Amino acid sequence: MTSLDTVVSAPVIDPNPPVINDFTLVVATENGSGSQTANNTLIRAIFKMGVPVSGKNLFPSNISGLPTWYTIRVSHQGYAARREYSEILVAYNPRTSDEDLANLPAGGVCIHPADMKFTTPRSDVVYYPVPVKDFIKEIAPPQHLRDYITNMSYVGVVTQLFGISRVEIEHALMHHFNGKRKAVDLNLRMVDMAIAHTVAHLPKQDPFRVEPLNKTAGKILIDGNTAAGIGALVGGVGVVAWYPITPSTSLVDAITEYAPKLRPAVDDRVNYAIIQAEDELAAAGIIVGAGWAGTRAMTATSGPGISLMNEFGGLAHFAEVPIVIWDIMRMGPSTGLPTRVSQGDILSAYYLGHGDSQHICLLPGDMTECFAYAGTAFDLAERFQTPVLVLSDLDLGMNNWMTEPFEYPEQPLDRGKVLDTGSFAQFLADHDNKWGRYRDVDNDGIGYRTIPGNQNPRAAWLARGTGHNEQGVYSERNDDWQRNMDRLTRKLDTARRHVPAPVIDARPGATVGIIGYGSTADAITEARDRLRAQGIETSSMRLRSLPLNEDVRTFMESYDQIYVVELNQDSQMLQLLCAHAPKDAAKLAPVNLCDGLPLTATFITQRINAHRTSVKQ
Amino acid sequence: MTATTTRPTNRIGLTTQDYQGGTSTLCAGCGHNSITSQIIAACYDLSLDPATVLKMSGIGCSSKTPAYFLGKSFGFNTLHGRMPSVTTGAMIANRTMTAIGVSGDGDTGSIGFGQFKHMMRRNVPMVYIVENNGVYGLTKGQHSATADIGQHLKYAGTNVLPPIDICAEAIAADCGFVARSFSGDAKQVRELIKAAMSYEGTAVIDIISPCVTFNNEDDSSKSYAYGKDKEERIQDIQFIQSYEEVVVDYEPGSEQIVKLHDGPTIKLRKLNRDYDATDRWAAIKLLEECRQSNIFVTGLIHINESRPTLQQTMSLIDEPLAYQTEAQLRPSRAAFAAVMAEF
Ligand SMILES: Cc1ncc(C[n+]2csc(CCOP(=O)(O)OP(=O)(O)O)c2C)c(N)n1
Ligand code: SF4
Ligand SMILES: [Mg+2]
Repeated sequence: MTSLDTVVSAPVIDPNPPVINDFTLVVATENGSGSQTANNTLIRAIFKMGVPVSGKNLFPSNISGLPTWYTIRVSHQGYAARREYSEILVAYNPRTSDEDLANLPAGGVCIHPADMKFTTPRSDVVYYPVPVKDFIKEIAPPQHLRDYITNMSYVGVVTQLFGISRVEIEHALMHHFNGKRKAVDLNLRMVDMAIAHTVAHLPKQDPFRVEPLNKTAGKILIDGNTAAGIGALVGGVGVVAWYPITPSTSLVDAITEYAPKLRPAVDDRVNYAIIQAEDELAAAGIIVGAGWAGTRAMTATSGPGISLMNEFGGLAHFAEVPIVIWDIMRMGPSTGLPTRVSQGDILSAYYLGHGDSQHICLLPGDMTECFAYAGTAFDLAERFQTPVLVLSDLDLGMNNWMTEPFEYPEQPLDRGKVLDTGSFAQFLADHDNKWGRYRDVDNDGIGYRTIPGNQNPRAAWLARGTGHNEQGVYSERNDDWQRNMDRLTRKLDTARRHVPAPVIDARPGATVGIIGYGSTADAITEARDRLRAQGIETSSMRLRSLPLNEDVRTFMESYDQIYVVELNQDSQMLQLLCAHAPKDAAKLAPVNLCDGLPLTATFITQRINAHRTSVKQ
Repeated sequence: MTATTTRPTNRIGLTTQDYQGGTSTLCAGCGHNSITSQIIAACYDLSLDPATVLKMSGIGCSSKTPAYFLGKSFGFNTLHGRMPSVTTGAMIANRTMTAIGVSGDGDTGSIGFGQFKHMMRRNVPMVYIVENNGVYGLTKGQHSATADIGQHLKYAGTNVLPPIDICAEAIAADCGFVARSFSGDAKQVRELIKAAMSYEGTAVIDIISPCVTFNNEDDSSKSYAYGKDKEERIQDIQFIQSYEEVVVDYEPGSEQIVKLHDGPTIKLRKLNRDYDATDRWAAIKLLEECRQSNIFVTGLIHINESRPTLQQTMSLIDEPLAYQTEAQLRPSRAAFAAVMAEF
């Protein structure tokens, strides 16, 4: 897909020997044509055959009509990153079919409706025409289901051609339709018709095959937003306030969907609130109020929403109110590419607010972390009485990933230093009868917090964004201000030691280091394997949070050349790394891409190889 | 909470001292200070436990005042125009609290207009006082969105745009408690605050509160002179606690008795107008008439207790969400396992 991609020349594919469990299929359709059911069915069936598989939806910002591509990568090695090209094309969108065909590598496969005409047909690809119209005529589905059923025709052809289990296709449909037999049967009719046609009329001429493996047993397929939504409920969320924005909406949808199952109502009453605000500014205000009053409060948004939450981010930081903000990053600036991935909010999120403020940010890199960090974020927000931002992205949030099932947390919730009526009296008794909301009693920068409802007449305080002393009382004194800022810095340093540490894979003999974070993890893993095969051993560090800690400095000291992989134009994490370890800043080279697509291993290896060549010259 | 023999105490044994806050830093004579005094008096009269009250505000001279009352209550001096959202969150988190918020005409009518409207649409239980001086006090004298056409200010010149009517906006948003008063009318302010604090839902009180420093010329509709001269009370308002007896003083038809949810009563003695405060049409008509004829009416403009509050709409439990324990917040292992089995 040149339209979407960096141009990479693809290798010529030989029809023999068979290529087993190692290829990518791209389904080209129109947005809104209901291909998601068909694609999910294929993915789930392959997954249930024990074969690692991942799906990525490359979709436009549009409700219907614009082109959409869905890539399904089958990889026995378990690689889940996007690839530059796909060997198999399901060309169901007449508007892009010529371009899609042109992008197939030689020896590739093109499955297409029989009546589709290609302007410049190629002789080096295999064609499998599907008489979709005839099928539809025969099945005559209700008008509103026509597109869905049409798409099931490629499911049937793909199933038969590449050896996907028909039984697993049926199971996947049962799963999708929650066991509703009528819907399943209607879809299956088309699948079976296409299978029968393939058997009779489409002899196999390509090398690609799916064969059962045992690499997915016990695993699940899930998207990061669903994982986070479930995680938030498990993590004790009390108030969710939000305003719809792609790609974060499905996170709140997941909370709404799973809340009745995980936090069932008692006598028709619930102990959580999900409130759609009038804008992100109000969403932020609502969670600031709810966090101040003592609940675990969160919002989910994306770049434009983060901009609107700026002033509240600063207030919550300074008044020291726990809130959690999920930023499912998409491509900015401005409305940008609203349905494309990016890691472009690192700096704006880290420094959310005006004046001096640095925030705890979590950087989930896989499904387990999307789930677990939902709870961790609340724990950290309450422990440090401060906003915590979780920076996920569209690729993690909206695409399907294979993962170990999530585990029920064994740690209790960390509600932080909260004094209720009873413990407040005890605190006074233990501390010379003195309490001040912002007094640093434990020398960790964190004061003791009381929340409304505390009955002790001395427990109340007025939260404010204006200058205040340790008692929380208005103050414009320079020494009060400076002391407070110093304490906030101390608090950040305490947080530095508590936030999730980077995951380091140090290889003996490696002189090259690779630093990455978030959704690029799979591409980095695959790139490192390729570099190793090329004779370049690398060590890697996957950052999982901000502020950066001592491990990061040590890693930067340990390698001669360090590549920082990220999906933004300005190398935002690289900037933070330079500031964190200026001594080693010169070793850092950016491997950054800002084109809206999930990163590929090829991009990383090419950039690293090119850099190495240029340095040698 | 020591009740000295000299100071009178209320039903829970507190003196007015127990409802005071810090010393005001506003200009001497500022209308906002009078309202602060009446908030203190109203809370004392109601025998409110300060531990059950949230005092909220935005940013402005008016929004500074929560520091000057109820020193034993939790409070939040939020952002400019954002008191509604923060209060919404707090009242969802702990529905057992009583929220009283103070805003200004700039805070409400300009920067916070959207939040103001949406708070009323949601019917967030809170008393929302607008200390309306037709000017930005804290930023030193710019026209606000409630300034009269032709209002002339030394620094900002002449205002050429029509004013926003806070009460009309509240009625349009189907707010169930809408009142207007004048900071110079201490008794009415106090009675209205007491009624508002006993009302279940958003209660808006637009109080004309002169800014002596920037907008107190006699011809300004937000000046002391104008208020004293032009105020026309719709009713004499008396708030009667649930434990007090409602005595009917006047002949039938001259009084309107409004019973509130928890038992207290608002007694409205009609004055010049035959006005029914429960009639939303009548309220719209009254405000429009007064706008056209430049009449400054005060009193309880509209009351309607039929709308569910936000917490009711959201089917929240009676206990504060904020006080839910880990056992209540964390799903059971069985429920979690069942969800994981779906994937
Ligand atoms: C986002 C933002 N913009 C501007 C300001 C500056 N500011 C502070 S108070 C105020 C106007 C206050 O007017 P009003 O609400 O009428 O209160 P008053 O001082 O008259 O009581 C403004 C513009 C601010 N604090 N925050
Ligand atoms: S400037 Fe006006 S509003 Fe502000 S304190 Fe002075 S008199 Fe009051
Ligand atoms: Mg004002």
